[in-house]
Amino acid sequence: MFDFLDSGQYDLLGAFWVTAQLALYSAIGSLIWGTALAAMRVSPVPLMRTFGTTYVNLVRNTPLTVVIVACSFGLDQTLGITLGADSSEDIGFRLAILGLVAYTGTFVCEALRSGINTVPTGQAEAGRALGLSFTQVLTLVVLPQAFRAAVTPLANVLIALTKNTTVAAAIGAAEAALLMKDMIENEADALFVVFALFAFGFMVLTLPTGLFLGWAAKRLAVKR
Amino acid sequence: MSSVLYDNPGPRARRRNVLYTVAFLAVLALVAWWVLTALNDKGQLDAAKWSPFVTDPQVWTTYLLPGLTETLKAAALAILIALPLGAALGIGRLSDHAWVRVPVGAIVEFFRAIPVLILMIFASQIYAKFTTVSSDFRPLYAVVTGLVLYNASVIAEVVRAGVLSLPRGQSDAAVALGMRKGQSMLYVLLPQAVTVMLPALVSQLVVIVKDTALGGAVLGFGELLSQNRQITANYGANTIATFTVIALVYIALNAVITNLASRLEKRLRQGRKTSAVKENSPAETTETPAGAVSGA
Repeated sequence: MFDFLDSGQYDLLGAFWVTAQLALYSAIGSLIWGTALAAMRVSPVPLMRTFGTTYVNLVRNTPLTVVIVACSFGLDQTLGITLGADSSEDIGFRLAILGLVAYTGTFVCEALRSGINTVPTGQAEAGRALGLSFTQVLTLVVLPQAFRAAVTPLANVLIALTKNTTVAAAIGAAEAALLMKDMIENEADALFVVFALFAFGFMVLTLPTGLFLGWAAKRLAVKR
Repeated sequence: MSSVLYDNPGPRARRRNVLYTVAFLAVLALVAWWVLTALNDKGQLDAAKWSPFVTDPQVWTTYLLPGLTETLKAAALAILIALPLGAALGIGRLSDHAWVRVPVGAIVEFFRAIPVLILMIFASQIYAKFTTVSSDFRPLYAVVTGLVLYNASVIAEVVRAGVLSLPRGQSDAAVALGMRKGQSMLYVLLPQAVTVMLPALVSQLVVIVKDTALGGAVLGFGELLSQNRQITANYGANTIATFTVIALVYIALNAVITNLASRLEKRLRQGRKTSAVKENSPAETTETPAGAVSGA
Protein backbone atom coordinates (compact mmCIF):
# COMPACT_ATOMS: atom_id res chain seq x y z
CA MET A 1 0.00 0.00 0.00
CA PHE A 2 2.81 2.39 0.88
CA ASP A 3 5.33 0.80 -1.51
CA PHE A 4 5.37 3.81 -3.83
CA LEU A 5 6.95 5.74 -0.97
CA ASP A 6 9.92 3.37 -0.83
CA SER A 7 10.88 4.00 -4.44
CA GLY A 8 12.68 7.16 -3.34
CA GLN A 9 10.87 9.05 -6.07
CA TYR A 10 9.01 11.32 -3.67
CA ASP A 11 10.62 13.33 -0.90
CA LEU A 12 7.64 13.59 1.43
CA LEU A 13 9.52 14.81 4.49
CA GLY A 14 11.52 17.23 2.38
CA ALA A 15 8.31 18.77 0.99
CA PHE A 16 6.83 19.18 4.46
CA TRP A 17 10.13 20.66 5.63
CA VAL A 18 9.80 23.30 2.89
CA THR A 19 6.22 23.94 4.03
CA ALA A 20 7.39 24.36 7.62
CA GLN A 21 10.18 26.71 6.53
CA LEU A 22 7.74 28.76 4.44
CA ALA A 23 5.44 29.02 7.44
CA LEU A 24 8.24 29.92 9.85
CA TYR A 25 9.90 32.63 7.75
CA SER A 26 6.56 34.10 6.68
CA ALA A 27 5.38 34.09 10.29
CA ILE A 28 8.44 36.06 11.43
CA GLY A 29 8.19 38.45 8.49
CA SER A 30 4.47 39.04 8.82
CA LEU A 31 4.75 39.60 12.58
CA ILE A 32 7.25 42.40 11.93
CA TRP A 33 5.33 43.89 8.99
CA GLY A 34 1.98 43.49 10.78
CA THR A 35 3.30 45.21 13.90
CA ALA A 36 4.57 48.08 11.77
CA LEU A 37 1.16 48.34 10.07
CA ALA A 38 -0.65 48.24 13.41
CA ALA A 39 1.65 50.96 14.74
CA MET A 40 0.73 53.10 11.74
CA ARG A 41 -2.99 52.44 12.14
CA VAL A 42 -3.05 53.58 15.76
CA SER A 43 -0.48 56.37 15.41
CA PRO A 44 -1.44 60.01 16.09
CA VAL A 45 -0.30 60.99 12.58
CA PRO A 46 -3.32 61.08 10.23
CA LEU A 47 -1.30 60.31 7.09
CA MET A 48 0.13 57.13 8.62
CA ARG A 49 -3.35 56.05 9.71
CA THR A 50 -4.67 56.60 6.18
CA PHE A 51 -1.81 54.63 4.65
CA GLY A 52 -2.22 51.74 7.10
CA THR A 53 -5.99 51.56 6.61
CA THR A 54 -5.75 51.74 2.82
CA TYR A 55 -3.04 49.08 2.63
CA VAL A 56 -4.91 46.70 4.93
CA ASN A 57 -8.23 47.11 3.12
CA LEU A 58 -6.73 46.70 -0.35
CA VAL A 59 -4.47 43.73 0.37
CA ARG A 60 -6.96 41.91 2.58
CA ASN A 61 -9.53 41.90 -0.22
CA THR A 62 -7.06 40.62 -2.82
CA PRO A 63 -6.82 36.83 -3.08
CA LEU A 64 -3.50 35.51 -1.75
CA THR A 65 -3.18 33.56 -5.00
CA VAL A 66 -3.22 36.82 -6.97
CA VAL A 67 -0.58 38.33 -4.66
CA ILE A 68 1.73 35.34 -4.99
CA VAL A 69 1.25 34.76 -8.73
CA ALA A 70 1.79 38.50 -9.28
CA CYS A 71 5.04 38.22 -7.30
CA SER A 72 6.23 35.54 -9.68
CA PHE A 73 5.00 37.00 -13.00
CA GLY A 74 5.42 40.65 -12.10
CA LEU A 75 8.53 40.79 -9.93
CA ASP A 76 10.52 37.85 -11.24
CA GLN A 77 9.57 37.47 -14.89
CA THR A 78 8.88 41.10 -15.74
CA LEU A 79 11.10 43.18 -13.48
CA GLY A 80 13.80 40.57 -12.91
CA ILE A 81 13.64 40.82 -9.11
CA THR A 82 14.67 37.40 -7.81
CA LEU A 83 15.67 38.32 -4.24
CA GLY A 84 19.14 36.89 -4.85
CA ALA A 85 18.04 33.35 -5.70
CA ASP A 86 19.32 31.37 -8.67
CA SER A 87 17.27 28.20 -9.20
CA SER A 88 13.60 28.57 -10.11
CA GLU A 89 12.60 26.64 -6.99
CA ASP A 90 14.52 29.06 -4.79
CA ILE A 91 13.02 32.06 -6.54
CA GLY A 92 9.54 30.61 -6.03
CA PHE A 93 10.33 29.96 -2.37
CA ARG A 94 11.57 33.48 -1.66
CA LEU A 95 8.87 35.26 -3.65
CA ALA A 96 6.23 33.12 -1.94
CA ILE A 97 7.55 34.30 1.43
CA LEU A 98 7.39 37.90 0.19
CA GLY A 99 3.77 37.44 -0.94
CA LEU A 100 2.77 35.64 2.26
CA VAL A 101 4.32 38.41 4.39
CA ALA A 102 2.60 41.17 2.41
CA TYR A 103 -0.75 39.37 2.73
CA THR A 104 -0.57 37.94 6.26
CA GLY A 105 0.80 41.21 7.65
CA THR A 106 -2.67 42.73 7.22
CA PHE A 107 -4.25 40.02 9.38
CA VAL A 108 -1.52 40.34 12.02
CA CYS A 109 -2.20 44.09 12.03
CA GLU A 110 -5.93 43.54 12.61
CA ALA A 111 -5.24 40.99 15.37
CA LEU A 112 -2.93 43.38 17.21
CA ARG A 113 -5.38 46.25 16.76
CA SER A 114 -8.21 44.17 18.21
CA GLY A 115 -5.85 43.45 21.13
CA ILE A 116 -5.25 47.15 21.70
CA ASN A 117 -9.00 47.78 21.51
CA THR A 118 -9.64 45.44 24.44
CA VAL A 119 -7.59 47.66 26.79
CA PRO A 120 -10.00 50.02 28.60
CA THR A 121 -9.14 53.72 28.27
CA GLY A 122 -9.15 53.90 32.06
CA GLN A 123 -5.91 51.93 32.14
CA ALA A 124 -4.00 54.58 30.20
CA GLU A 125 -5.74 57.37 32.13
CA ALA A 126 -4.73 55.78 35.42
CA GLY A 127 -1.16 55.52 34.13
CA ARG A 128 -1.10 59.19 33.20
CA ALA A 129 -2.65 60.15 36.55
CA LEU A 130 0.29 58.40 38.21
CA GLY A 131 2.61 60.64 36.23
CA LEU A 132 3.91 58.04 33.77
CA SER A 133 5.26 59.39 30.50
CA PHE A 134 3.78 58.40 27.12
CA THR A 135 6.44 55.76 26.57
CA GLN A 136 5.91 54.36 30.04
CA VAL A 137 2.15 54.20 29.60
CA LEU A 138 2.61 52.42 26.29
CA THR A 139 5.28 49.89 27.31
CA LEU A 140 4.29 49.26 30.93
CA VAL A 141 0.49 49.50 30.87
CA VAL A 142 -1.15 49.28 27.45
CA LEU A 143 0.99 47.00 25.26
CA PRO A 144 1.49 44.17 27.80
CA GLN A 145 -2.30 43.86 28.10
CA ALA A 146 -2.83 44.29 24.37
CA PHE A 147 -0.37 41.52 23.43
CA ARG A 148 -1.95 39.11 25.89
CA ALA A 149 -5.39 39.75 24.42
CA ALA A 150 -4.02 39.34 20.90
CA VAL A 151 -2.71 35.80 21.43
CA THR A 152 -5.91 34.04 20.29
CA PRO A 153 -6.42 36.02 17.06
CA LEU A 154 -2.68 35.79 16.34
CA ALA A 155 -2.82 32.02 16.81
CA ASN A 156 -5.67 31.83 14.29
CA VAL A 157 -3.64 33.90 11.84
CA LEU A 158 -0.63 31.62 12.30
CA ILE A 159 -2.70 28.49 11.64
CA ALA A 160 -4.27 30.08 8.56
CA LEU A 161 -0.78 31.05 7.41
CA THR A 162 0.45 27.47 7.73
CA LYS A 163 -2.40 26.32 5.51
CA ASN A 164 -1.90 29.23 3.10
CA THR A 165 1.69 28.17 2.39
CA THR A 166 0.14 25.64 -0.03
CA VAL A 167 -0.60 28.55 -2.37
CA ALA A 168 3.15 28.69 -3.03
CA ALA A 169 2.56 25.60 -5.19
CA ALA A 170 1.11 27.99 -7.77
CA ILE A 171 4.58 29.42 -8.44
CA GLY A 172 6.54 26.20 -8.15
CA ALA A 173 7.95 26.29 -4.63
CA ALA A 174 8.67 22.64 -3.83
CA GLU A 175 6.27 22.37 -0.89
CA ALA A 176 3.70 19.80 0.16
CA ALA A 177 0.75 20.72 -2.10
CA LEU A 178 2.94 20.64 -5.21
CA LEU A 179 4.30 17.20 -4.30
CA MET A 180 0.76 16.00 -3.59
CA LYS A 181 -0.42 17.13 -7.04
CA ASP A 182 2.50 15.24 -8.53
CA MET A 183 1.94 12.10 -6.49
CA ILE A 184 -1.82 11.98 -6.90
CA GLU A 185 -1.51 12.17 -10.67
CA ASN A 186 1.21 9.53 -10.91
CA GLU A 187 -0.13 7.12 -8.29
CA ALA A 188 -3.82 7.31 -9.10
CA ASP A 189 -4.37 3.87 -7.50
CA ALA A 190 -3.17 5.12 -4.13
CA LEU A 191 -5.41 8.21 -4.29
CA PHE A 192 -6.84 7.89 -0.79
CA VAL A 193 -3.52 6.95 0.79
CA VAL A 194 -1.85 10.02 -0.70
CA PHE A 195 -4.69 12.26 0.51
CA ALA A 196 -4.56 10.72 3.99
CA LEU A 197 -0.78 11.23 4.15
CA PHE A 198 -0.98 14.91 3.31
CA ALA A 199 -4.05 15.52 5.45
CA PHE A 200 -2.20 13.92 8.35
CA GLY A 201 0.89 16.01 7.63
CA PHE A 202 -1.05 19.25 7.82
CA MET A 203 -2.91 18.17 10.93
CA VAL A 204 0.46 17.48 12.57
CA LEU A 205 1.51 21.01 11.63
CA THR A 206 -1.68 22.86 12.62
CA LEU A 207 -3.40 21.01 15.47
CA PRO A 208 -0.56 21.14 18.07
CA THR A 209 0.00 24.84 17.28
CA GLY A 210 -3.69 25.46 17.86
CA LEU A 211 -3.81 23.46 21.09
CA PHE A 212 -0.64 25.05 22.50
CA LEU A 213 -1.64 28.60 21.64
CA GLY A 214 -5.17 28.02 22.91
CA TRP A 215 -3.69 26.90 26.21
CA ALA A 216 -1.31 29.89 26.22
CA ALA A 217 -4.15 32.30 25.45
CA LYS A 218 -6.14 31.00 28.41
CA ARG A 219 -3.18 31.30 30.76
CA LEU A 220 -2.25 34.78 29.57
CA ALA A 221 -5.75 36.26 29.33
CA VAL A 222 -6.20 39.40 31.42
CA LYS A 223 -8.95 38.82 33.98
CA ARG A 224 -11.35 41.72 33.99
CA MET B 1 -8.65 62.14 18.09
CA SER B 2 -7.98 60.60 21.46
CA SER B 3 -7.47 56.92 22.13
CA VAL B 4 -6.17 54.62 24.80
CA LEU B 5 -2.70 55.17 23.40
CA TYR B 6 -2.35 58.94 23.40
CA ASP B 7 -4.00 62.20 24.56
CA ASN B 8 -5.39 64.92 22.38
CA PRO B 9 -2.27 66.57 20.96
CA GLY B 10 -1.15 69.86 22.45
CA PRO B 11 0.82 72.50 20.55
CA ARG B 12 4.13 70.66 20.86
CA ALA B 13 2.67 67.30 19.91
CA ARG B 14 0.95 68.90 16.95
CA ARG B 15 4.24 70.33 15.72
CA ARG B 16 5.84 66.92 16.13
CA ASN B 17 3.02 65.27 14.20
CA VAL B 18 3.59 67.65 11.29
CA LEU B 19 7.24 66.63 11.34
CA TYR B 20 6.32 62.93 11.31
CA THR B 21 3.88 63.52 8.46
CA VAL B 22 6.58 65.19 6.36
CA ALA B 23 9.09 62.42 7.10
CA PHE B 24 6.56 59.71 6.29
CA LEU B 25 5.58 61.47 3.09
CA ALA B 26 9.24 61.57 2.09
CA VAL B 27 9.62 57.82 2.69
CA LEU B 28 6.43 57.10 0.70
CA ALA B 29 7.62 59.30 -2.16
CA LEU B 30 10.99 57.56 -2.17
CA VAL B 31 9.37 54.11 -2.38
CA ALA B 32 6.94 55.28 -5.07
CA TRP B 33 9.79 56.80 -7.09
CA TRP B 34 11.81 53.59 -6.81
CA VAL B 35 8.86 51.42 -7.90
CA LEU B 36 7.96 53.71 -10.78
CA THR B 37 11.54 53.85 -12.11
CA ALA B 38 11.78 50.07 -11.89
CA LEU B 39 8.52 49.77 -13.86
CA ASN B 40 9.56 52.43 -16.33
CA ASP B 41 12.91 50.77 -17.00
CA LYS B 42 11.07 47.67 -18.22
CA GLY B 43 8.57 49.73 -20.17
CA GLN B 44 5.65 48.62 -17.99
CA LEU B 45 4.36 52.17 -17.68
CA ASP B 46 3.91 52.65 -21.44
CA ALA B 47 0.46 53.92 -22.25
CA ALA B 48 0.01 51.12 -24.78
CA LYS B 49 0.18 48.55 -21.97
CA TRP B 50 -2.55 50.20 -19.90
CA SER B 51 -4.87 51.73 -22.47
CA PRO B 52 -6.48 48.45 -23.70
CA PHE B 53 -8.31 48.19 -20.38
CA VAL B 54 -10.01 51.53 -21.08
CA THR B 55 -10.20 51.79 -24.85
CA ASP B 56 -10.58 48.18 -25.99
CA PRO B 57 -13.85 46.61 -24.80
CA GLN B 58 -12.62 43.25 -26.10
CA VAL B 59 -10.27 42.81 -23.14
CA TRP B 60 -13.34 42.85 -20.96
CA THR B 61 -15.78 40.91 -23.12
CA THR B 62 -13.34 38.19 -24.19
CA TYR B 63 -11.25 37.69 -21.07
CA LEU B 64 -12.07 39.56 -17.88
CA LEU B 65 -15.87 39.31 -17.79
CA PRO B 66 -16.06 35.59 -18.71
CA GLY B 67 -13.40 34.98 -16.07
CA LEU B 68 -15.38 36.98 -13.53
CA THR B 69 -18.49 34.98 -14.44
CA GLU B 70 -16.65 31.72 -13.72
CA THR B 71 -15.41 33.13 -10.41
CA LEU B 72 -18.92 34.20 -9.42
CA LYS B 73 -20.39 30.88 -10.56
CA ALA B 74 -17.98 28.86 -8.44
CA ALA B 75 -18.39 31.17 -5.44
CA ALA B 76 -22.21 31.15 -5.68
CA LEU B 77 -22.40 27.36 -6.02
CA ALA B 78 -19.99 26.93 -3.12
CA ILE B 79 -21.87 29.24 -0.74
CA LEU B 80 -25.28 27.85 -1.73
CA ILE B 81 -24.19 24.29 -0.94
CA ALA B 82 -21.96 25.15 2.03
CA LEU B 83 -24.56 27.23 3.92
CA PRO B 84 -27.20 24.53 4.51
CA LEU B 85 -24.51 21.87 4.94
CA GLY B 86 -22.66 24.05 7.43
CA ALA B 87 -25.86 24.86 9.31
CA ALA B 88 -26.66 21.13 9.53
CA LEU B 89 -23.16 20.32 10.77
CA GLY B 90 -23.28 23.18 13.29
CA ILE B 91 -26.61 22.03 14.69
CA GLY B 92 -25.37 18.45 14.65
CA ARG B 93 -22.43 19.49 16.79
CA LEU B 94 -24.87 20.96 19.34
CA SER B 95 -26.88 17.73 19.46
CA ASP B 96 -27.70 16.09 22.78
CA HIS B 97 -26.83 12.69 21.33
CA ALA B 98 -23.16 11.78 21.50
CA TRP B 99 -23.45 9.52 18.44
CA VAL B 100 -24.32 12.60 16.37
CA ARG B 101 -22.18 15.18 18.17
CA VAL B 102 -18.88 13.28 18.18
CA PRO B 103 -18.65 12.22 14.52
CA VAL B 104 -19.87 15.61 13.32
CA GLY B 105 -17.26 17.30 15.51
CA ALA B 106 -14.56 15.05 14.05
CA ILE B 107 -15.63 15.86 10.47
CA VAL B 108 -15.66 19.60 11.18
CA GLU B 109 -12.25 19.61 12.86
CA PHE B 110 -10.76 17.41 10.13
CA PHE B 111 -11.79 19.60 7.21
CA ARG B 112 -10.87 22.80 9.04
CA ALA B 113 -7.33 21.56 9.65
CA ILE B 114 -6.56 20.85 5.98
CA PRO B 115 -5.65 23.50 3.39
CA VAL B 116 -8.42 24.05 0.88
CA LEU B 117 -5.96 23.55 -2.00
CA ILE B 118 -5.25 19.99 -0.82
CA LEU B 119 -9.00 19.32 -0.84
CA MET B 120 -9.33 20.76 -4.34
CA ILE B 121 -6.48 18.64 -5.76
CA PHE B 122 -7.96 15.54 -4.13
CA ALA B 123 -11.48 16.28 -5.40
CA SER B 124 -10.15 16.87 -8.91
CA GLN B 125 -8.51 13.45 -8.95
CA ILE B 126 -11.62 11.80 -7.50
CA TYR B 127 -13.75 13.24 -10.31
CA ALA B 128 -11.19 12.13 -12.88
CA LYS B 129 -11.06 8.58 -11.59
CA PHE B 130 -14.56 7.72 -10.42
CA THR B 131 -16.94 9.88 -12.43
CA THR B 132 -17.60 10.72 -16.04
CA VAL B 133 -17.56 14.49 -15.53
CA SER B 134 -15.97 15.85 -18.69
CA SER B 135 -12.55 17.42 -18.29
CA ASP B 136 -14.01 20.83 -19.21
CA PHE B 137 -16.14 20.91 -16.09
CA ARG B 138 -13.81 19.00 -13.79
CA PRO B 139 -11.94 22.09 -12.52
CA LEU B 140 -15.23 23.80 -11.61
CA TYR B 141 -16.47 20.67 -9.82
CA ALA B 142 -13.17 20.28 -8.00
CA VAL B 143 -13.03 23.92 -6.91
CA VAL B 144 -16.62 23.90 -5.67
CA THR B 145 -16.16 20.59 -3.85
CA GLY B 146 -13.01 21.80 -2.11
CA LEU B 147 -14.62 25.08 -1.14
CA VAL B 148 -17.80 23.38 0.12
CA LEU B 149 -15.96 20.85 2.30
CA TYR B 150 -13.77 23.50 3.90
CA ASN B 151 -16.30 26.30 4.24
CA ALA B 152 -19.15 24.10 5.44
CA SER B 153 -17.02 23.14 8.43
CA VAL B 154 -16.06 26.76 9.08
CA ILE B 155 -19.72 27.83 8.80
CA ALA B 156 -20.62 25.00 11.18
CA GLU B 157 -18.40 26.62 13.80
CA VAL B 158 -19.92 30.04 13.10
CA VAL B 159 -23.44 28.64 13.51
CA ARG B 160 -22.49 26.85 16.71
CA ALA B 161 -20.90 29.98 18.19
CA GLY B 162 -23.93 32.05 17.12
CA VAL B 163 -26.43 29.73 18.80
CA LEU B 164 -24.30 29.43 21.94
CA SER B 165 -24.08 33.22 22.19
CA LEU B 166 -27.84 33.52 22.77
CA PRO B 167 -29.01 33.93 26.38
CA ARG B 168 -30.07 30.69 28.04
CA GLY B 169 -33.51 32.17 28.70
CA GLN B 170 -34.36 31.84 25.01
CA SER B 171 -34.15 28.06 24.91
CA ASP B 172 -35.64 27.82 28.44
CA ALA B 173 -38.64 29.85 27.29
CA ALA B 174 -39.02 27.63 24.24
CA VAL B 175 -38.98 24.53 26.45
CA ALA B 176 -41.49 26.15 28.81
CA LEU B 177 -43.83 26.73 25.88
CA GLY B 178 -43.67 23.01 25.16
CA MET B 179 -41.60 23.25 21.99
CA ARG B 180 -39.58 20.28 20.92
CA LYS B 181 -35.81 20.57 20.50
CA GLY B 182 -36.12 20.89 16.74
CA GLN B 183 -38.83 23.53 17.00
CA SER B 184 -36.90 25.60 19.49
CA MET B 185 -33.85 25.50 17.24
CA LEU B 186 -35.79 26.33 14.09
CA TYR B 187 -38.20 28.98 15.41
CA VAL B 188 -36.35 30.51 18.37
CA LEU B 189 -32.60 30.07 18.30
CA LEU B 190 -31.55 30.08 14.64
CA PRO B 191 -33.49 33.20 13.57
CA GLN B 192 -31.85 35.20 16.34
CA ALA B 193 -28.43 33.68 15.79
CA VAL B 194 -28.47 34.77 12.14
CA THR B 195 -28.05 38.42 13.10
CA VAL B 196 -25.10 37.58 15.33
CA MET B 197 -23.55 35.32 12.69
CA LEU B 198 -23.88 37.68 9.76
CA PRO B 199 -20.48 39.43 10.01
CA ALA B 200 -18.65 36.10 10.23
CA LEU B 201 -20.71 34.64 7.37
CA VAL B 202 -19.89 37.59 5.13
CA SER B 203 -16.19 37.40 5.85
CA GLN B 204 -16.51 33.73 4.89
CA LEU B 205 -18.16 34.69 1.62
CA VAL B 206 -15.23 36.99 0.88
CA VAL B 207 -12.87 34.10 1.70
CA ILE B 208 -14.76 31.88 -0.77
CA VAL B 209 -14.50 34.46 -3.56
CA LYS B 210 -10.78 34.81 -2.91
CA ASP B 211 -10.21 31.05 -2.76
CA THR B 212 -11.70 30.47 -6.21
CA ALA B 213 -8.47 31.98 -7.56
CA LEU B 214 -6.63 28.87 -6.31
CA GLY B 215 -8.44 26.77 -8.90
CA GLY B 216 -7.24 29.11 -11.63
CA ALA B 217 -3.62 28.97 -10.57
CA VAL B 218 -3.29 25.25 -9.85
CA LEU B 219 -6.13 23.29 -11.48
CA GLY B 220 -6.60 25.18 -14.73
CA PHE B 221 -10.02 26.57 -13.80
CA GLY B 222 -10.84 29.42 -16.20
CA GLU B 223 -11.64 32.05 -13.61
CA LEU B 224 -10.60 35.69 -13.38
CA LEU B 225 -6.97 35.26 -12.32
CA SER B 226 -6.22 32.62 -14.96
CA GLN B 227 -7.10 35.16 -17.68
CA ASN B 228 -3.81 36.96 -17.02
CA ARG B 229 -1.85 34.63 -19.32
CA GLN B 230 -4.14 35.27 -22.30
CA ILE B 231 -4.26 39.01 -21.76
CA THR B 232 -0.50 39.41 -21.36
CA ALA B 233 0.01 37.20 -24.41
CA ASN B 234 -2.36 39.23 -26.59
CA TYR B 235 -1.68 42.78 -25.40
CA GLY B 236 2.10 42.94 -25.39
CA ALA B 237 3.33 41.55 -22.06
CA ASN B 238 1.49 44.14 -19.96
CA THR B 239 1.92 41.99 -16.84
CA ILE B 240 1.84 44.77 -14.26
CA ALA B 241 -1.20 46.45 -15.79
CA THR B 242 -3.08 43.14 -16.04
CA PHE B 243 -2.44 42.12 -12.46
CA THR B 244 -3.38 45.59 -11.23
CA VAL B 245 -6.71 45.43 -13.04
CA ILE B 246 -7.44 41.86 -11.91
CA ALA B 247 -6.65 42.74 -8.29
CA LEU B 248 -8.86 45.83 -8.51
CA VAL B 249 -11.76 43.72 -9.82
CA TYR B 250 -11.41 41.35 -6.84
CA ILE B 251 -11.16 44.26 -4.42
CA ALA B 252 -14.26 45.93 -5.89
CA LEU B 253 -16.21 42.65 -5.80
CA ASN B 254 -15.32 42.04 -2.16
CA ALA B 255 -16.09 45.64 -1.25
CA VAL B 256 -19.56 45.24 -2.79
CA ILE B 257 -20.18 42.05 -0.80
CA THR B 258 -19.05 43.65 2.47
CA ASN B 259 -21.14 46.74 1.77
CA LEU B 260 -24.31 44.79 1.00
CA ALA B 261 -23.85 42.76 4.14
CA SER B 262 -23.43 45.73 6.44
CA ARG B 263 -26.64 47.21 5.01
CA LEU B 264 -28.45 43.91 5.50
CA GLU B 265 -27.14 43.69 9.03
CA LYS B 266 -28.35 47.19 9.84
CA ARG B 267 -31.78 46.33 8.52
CA LEU B 268 -31.93 43.07 10.47
CA ARG B 269 -30.95 44.87 13.67
CA GLN B 270 -33.53 47.61 13.11
CA GLY B 271 -36.22 45.06 12.39
CA ARG B 272 -35.99 43.73 15.91
CA LYS B 273 -36.31 46.50 18.45
CA THR B 274 -36.13 44.28 21.51
CA SER B 275 -33.22 42.16 20.53
CA ALA B 276 -32.59 39.11 22.65
CA VAL B 277 -29.02 39.20 21.52
CA LYS B 278 -26.77 40.25 24.35
CA GLU B 279 -25.14 43.63 24.05
CA ASN B 280 -21.60 43.43 22.69
CA SER B 281 -22.05 39.72 22.06
CA PRO B 282 -21.13 39.64 18.37
CA ALA B 283 -17.56 40.73 18.87
CA GLU B 284 -16.88 38.59 21.87
CA THR B 285 -18.79 35.39 21.45
CA THR B 286 -18.82 34.69 17.74
CA GLU B 287 -15.12 34.36 17.69
CA THR B 288 -14.27 33.73 14.10
CA PRO B 289 -12.76 30.28 13.67
CA ALA B 290 -9.28 29.97 12.30
CA GLY B 291 -10.29 29.70 8.69
CA ALA B 292 -12.59 32.68 8.71
CA VAL B 293 -9.80 35.00 9.68
CA SER B 294 -7.80 34.67 6.53
CA GLY B 295 -8.42 32.34 3.69
CA ALA B 296 -6.07 32.29 0.79
